[in-house]
Order: sequence, then structure tokens, then C-alpha cells
Amino acid sequence: MAAKKKRVATIQVPTAPARPGDKPKFAAWTHQPGDLSRPDPLTCTAADTTDHAHGLVRVLDDDAKASGPWNPDLSPDELRTGLEHMVRMRIFDDRMMKMQRTGKLSFYMRSLGEECVAVAQTMALETQDWIFPTYRQPAAQFVRGRDMVSMICHCIGNEKDNILGRQMPVHYSYRTGRYISVSSPVATQFSQAVGVAMASQYKGLDECCITWIGDGASAEGDYHYALNFASVFKPPVILNIVNNQWAISTHANLASGSSNFAARGLSYDVPSIRVDGNDFLALYSVTKWARERAASGAGATHIEVLTYRAGAHSSSDDPSKYRPKDEDEVWPGGDPIERLKAHLISIGKWSEEQQNELEEGIDSEVMAAYKEAVKFGDLANGPYPSSDSIFTEVYEDIPWHLQEQWDEMKRLRGE
Amino acid sequence: MAEMNIVKAVNSALDNMLEKDENVLFFGQDAGYFGGVFGTSEGLQNKFGSHRVFDTPLSEGGIAAIAFGMGINGLRPVAEIQFADYIFPAYDQIVNEIAKVRHRSGGEFWCPVTFRTPAGGGIRGGHHHSQSPESQFTHTPGLKVVYASTPYNAKGLLIAAIECNDPVIVLEPKRCYRGPFYGDPHNVPTWKDHPEAQVPESHYTVEIGKARLALEGNECTVIAWGAMVHVAQAAIRESGISCDLIDLQSLVPWDKEAIEASIEKTGRCVIVHEAPKTSGFGAEMAASIQERCFWSLEAPVNRVTGWDTPFPHTTEWDYMPSPARIAEAIHKTMEE
Repeated sequence: MAAKKKRVATIQVPTAPARPGDKPKFAAWTHQPGDLSRPDPLTCTAADTTDHAHGLVRVLDDDAKASGPWNPDLSPDELRTGLEHMVRMRIFDDRMMKMQRTGKLSFYMRSLGEECVAVAQTMALETQDWIFPTYRQPAAQFVRGRDMVSMICHCIGNEKDNILGRQMPVHYSYRTGRYISVSSPVATQFSQAVGVAMASQYKGLDECCITWIGDGASAEGDYHYALNFASVFKPPVILNIVNNQWAISTHANLASGSSNFAARGLSYDVPSIRVDGNDFLALYSVTKWARERAASGAGATHIEVLTYRAGAHSSSDDPSKYRPKDEDEVWPGGDPIERLKAHLISIGKWSEEQQNELEEGIDSEVMAAYKEAVKFGDLANGPYPSSDSIFTEVYEDIPWHLQEQWDEMKRLRGE
Repeated sequence: MAEMNIVKAVNSALDNMLEKDENVLFFGQDAGYFGGVFGTSEGLQNKFGSHRVFDTPLSEGGIAAIAFGMGINGLRPVAEIQFADYIFPAYDQIVNEIAKVRHRSGGEFWCPVTFRTPAGGGIRGGHHHSQSPESQFTHTPGLKVVYASTPYNAKGLLIAAIECNDPVIVLEPKRCYRGPFYGDPHNVPTWKDHPEAQVPESHYTVEIGKARLALEGNECTVIAWGAMVHVAQAAIRESGISCDLIDLQSLVPWDKEAIEASIEKTGRCVIVHEAPKTSGFGAEMAASIQERCFWSLEAPVNRVTGWDTPFPHTTEWDYMPSPARIAEAIHKTMEE
């Protein structure tokens, strides 16, 4: 018999804490550097990281002073290198975005506000370690020394695009830098990275694999496959969930009923840490710690990198349609570039003049690289990679049915 | 040379490849300690160690994902999906990731992964232990798809798949693991004394892309794969018509020379598969045959397939193509 209808509630659909016109809502951070211990990475259990998963590892305080057990004691040179790569990413993004607006690129995605993630975390690794990025970590390529001209050639899909115009912009592949091909389906890399690490583990090599996933994509099965396989097989993998609050217009509160992502790792028995993702020193340090675990055979580490997506998701959306315009300005984590710059200035190793000089230098570098890249064509004007590239590298060799279709295309091209 | 059923032949292929190449790993649900629910990997964990032959969580999506990662990092993983019906949680990883990574990365990364999975009906498996999902994969550029039918080609195709630098889906007809199936559930022979059960114990391959002429005739061409090869063989006998029986073996790429030569000879064709009719691989074969061999055809190409319905449990003999249905189609083709 059908139950008698008695409405007591309906589907509970969360919305963002603040939408356009609302006052942005962020709880003030109470976490301070020194709040959380730095456990021994080699013997640390998931339970030992309970406070770290629920808290927030910070090194830089609100006055950009570094302190506490997680301070990695980096040299001024290392700090300046980190700052330089973050600034390079931001200026590069600005230039590419402008070019996208003029039709030289089909599409673009900036890392605005989260440049620290790829830079600090890649700098904390060894060069043999594998990087399995999303579209929001292209800055790792700067750390690994990729030529900017080649990155632009990919973005503008010209005849020098190393992936032959097959994928949208920002879907880089850079094998020399062990930076694995970016894929559009979100989350897939997270579980694949576990397999990359298992292969390293099987071969007995001192290498790990780092990967990232967004807060939104952590609702996909692949996130859970990754945590579960990492928990079972204990491969040298560093699993980062970049909580930048937004997945296009979807707030993090739709990816999970809990506002904490790090603590999910504890239920998989994987040591889990939440870290201030705009604090270069804290993020570097936590990643180094995870790398020590990976290298020792202790297994995976799960890290929630708390940050804020200061820009649009991509060139195709306007965030003022779904969130308060000034939200990024009141984000308690601030701007990662400003914070590291302030820290360097506070220790007497940097100045506003040097910062201006750095920015001007990188601006010229990006412009020069851009001019060089467009010599080989752009999306608006061509030339593009040969359309033969449609048929090559689908398989190692060309099977007959592809050959027939390729011949047909050549005939249509008038060959 | 030894007499083997398909279970033993698959085991022998895995054994040969684990021995030959230390980059080969084999894993899947129940595939390690227990040796697989059908026993295809029995004894291999003991022989090669649990770092090379191992159990995984019950997570096809995760299995495919780690296979991807291992593949791009220099290994040659072989993953078992316990039943082909359960491959769909892995579909995104296979179709969007594994199949495309070579192309999408400009050849910088590739994924020499083999998935082997028992497919097809005839074991009273109902909806979800009986499906034959080959066309779900033949429609994906970047994948190769093969379908074994005998101990000899089960081993040779599997070795060829593992050695292939492209991802390959290897479907094994579970109904035929322990004997060929001629469409009569009350009379199920073993592989004993079957010529295709004579299998070398050492390494050999059956080339991907090549069909096998299982019977030779001159009046009609019957194309089948998997368990249907044997059912079609019984049907041909029953029909009294002289037929070429082509065991396709490899669906992507398929053997155009073998098909064209046979159709040019007979002018008539019946395609048999147990998967549903609509968008089944038989549709691809029929369309290609009329494109390529239209002027040799004396009659329309006919298809005998599973119905466009979920696979039934107790009534599966009314679902799968039977020798009588196939024989009727052969006669119809002869009369048209």
C-alpha cells in the first residue's frame, strides 16, 4: 500500500554561501603557524594526522612572518625562484587571456590566485618524480624548465604544437619534464597517478607521482578509487585535493556535505593534512614531508590544499553571474604572490623595486616568447598542424581502415 | 604441444608472458591467490609472486586507472575484468583515457594495456553475467578488440595483445572455457580431441587483424566470433549448405582480405553474433560488405543475433542464436 503523503521536508539542495549581490561569507581563520606539530613522516599513521586534517598547516602568519615546525627554512634564492615562477605564471596567463579574446586561442584557463600550488609543490619534489596535473597546474612546467615558446605553440594550436592541435589549449604534455598529458575528463588522473606510482614501486625506483584534483571533481568515483587503491597498495603517491571553493558555478558544498576535504583521507587510513594553499612555505613543506613518506616506502599522503579560484573557471564563464564580485578580495588566504613577496621583503631579501624589475622582465620574456610562437601560426590565421595528424598516433601503426579513411581525406584535399 | 581447454590456454599465455617480460603484471578481482573465478590464473601467483600476479579491490574503474598509470610508466599490465558485464565502471578510463592517450599527447605517452574478460551467454548468467559488449569497444578509436573462440586462438590472441603497444580488449567466450558449444545445452562436449585444442606450451601469437577459416565451402559465407563460431558450425552441418565459416577473431581491425575473398567466392553472407542486433558489430560487417562487395552479392546480407532485449536467465536458449535459427537464415540467403 502506498504511504500516505505527508510533506515534512523536500530535497535539501545546498547553494553557495554567497551569490551575486550578497556579502561574501568566509569564516575568519583561527589557525596560526605553530599550531600543528610536524610528525615523523616515516612512522606517521593516519590517526597521527587527525588534527592536521581538521586544522590548517600554516608557516606564514598574517604579517608574512615565517615560524613553527613546518618552516622549511628555504634559502632566499629558493624563495625568489618560487616567487619568480608564480609571477611568470600570472603574467603568462594574462597575456594568453588577452590573446584568447582576440581569437588567437579557442579557449583558456588561468591559474589566478592558485599559482602557488604547482610552483611550491613541484619545487618540493625531485626531478625524477612524475607530475600528473589538472589544467590548473601548468606552472609546474616552468619549474621543470619547459620552453615558454613551446607552451604557447600548444595553446595557439599552431604547426609547432607538440600535440599537433589535437587537444584544447592548456592540455599540455611535456614528457621531458615528466609532466603527464592533461585530460579534460576531471578526476581521471587522480586514480591513474596511483598506477604510475605503483609502477615506480614495482621497479624499485626512487620516484613518486604527484597529482591534483579539484574540490568539485572529488565527487567523482576516481577520487575514491585513488584513495582506496593508495590505502591498499601503499604506493609513493601524493594525492592533493585543491579546494579552491568553486567548480565553475558549483560551490564546494555540493561536492561534499562536509566543509572539510582533508579528513576524508583518514577514513581510508591515509595520513591527511590540510594546508594553507597560498602559503608558499607551508605548501612546500607539507609536500616535502609527503615526498619523504613516498621515498621511504611509507605510502601515500592526502593533502587538502586550501585556496581560492580568483579568476573565472575558464574563458567561457563570467563569475560575476554566480558569485559576489569581491569574493577573492576578502578570501582569508590572500594572494600567494603578495604573501611570498611580503615575506621576502620582511626578511630583507627583496624590495618593491626588485619586484617591479622582475615583473617587467617577465613581461618582456612572455612578449618575446609570444612573438616567436606566432611565427609558426595561431588559431585565428593558421598555419595549423597538417590534418594528417588526425590519423597518426591513434595506434602505433596505421590499421587498414584508418589508412583508407586517411586516403579519402587526402583525396578530398586534392592530393 | 598439449591438449588444453581455453582456461588452460589462457593460463599458459599469461605464464609465458610473465616469464618472458618482467614488465608484465597480471591483476584483477580474485585473480591472484584464488587464481580467478574461472581458474584462468591458477598457480601463477605462486610461481611469479604477489608483486606480479595480484588481487585488487572490487573496483573496475580503479583497475583500469592503475593499468593506465602503469602502462604510461613503462609496464605492460594485463587486467582481468571478472565478467565483461562489469567492465562499465571502467568505461570512461578505457574509452576516454587509455584509448586516447597516445593521440592526445602527440605520442609522448602510450598505454600497452590488455584487458581480458569472459563474455557471452550460455551459463545461465542472466542479465549481468552473459552480455557480449564488443561493439561498445569497437566504436572507440584507439582500441583493438579481439574475441577468442578456441584454446589455440585464446592463447595466441592473448599473447599478441600483451605484446601489442596499443590497448587491446580480449573477450573470451566463457561458455567455451571447458568445451566448444554447439548450441545444444544438453550435449556439452569438452575440448578433448578437438583439433583447435592442440596448443603449443611455448610462446606463439595469433596475429591481431587476421581471421580464421574454420570451415571451407563455396555456396555461402558465415561470419561469426566467440561461442557463435561453434554454433554456426553446427548450423552449417544442419543446413547441408556448403559454407565458408569465418571465425573473425579480430574485430578491430578486421580481416578485409579474408572477408572479401570469401564473399567474392560465395556471393552470399550470414553474420552471427550473440550481442543485440541494433548497432551490433554485425551491422558494421554488413555495411562494409555491401560497400566493398556489392557487385559480388547474390542476396542481401543476413544477420542472426541476440534480440534487442536484456539477456534472460532461464530462457537464454530462446535468446541466443541457435543452430536452427542460423540454418534457417542460411537457407533464406540461398533462396533470395
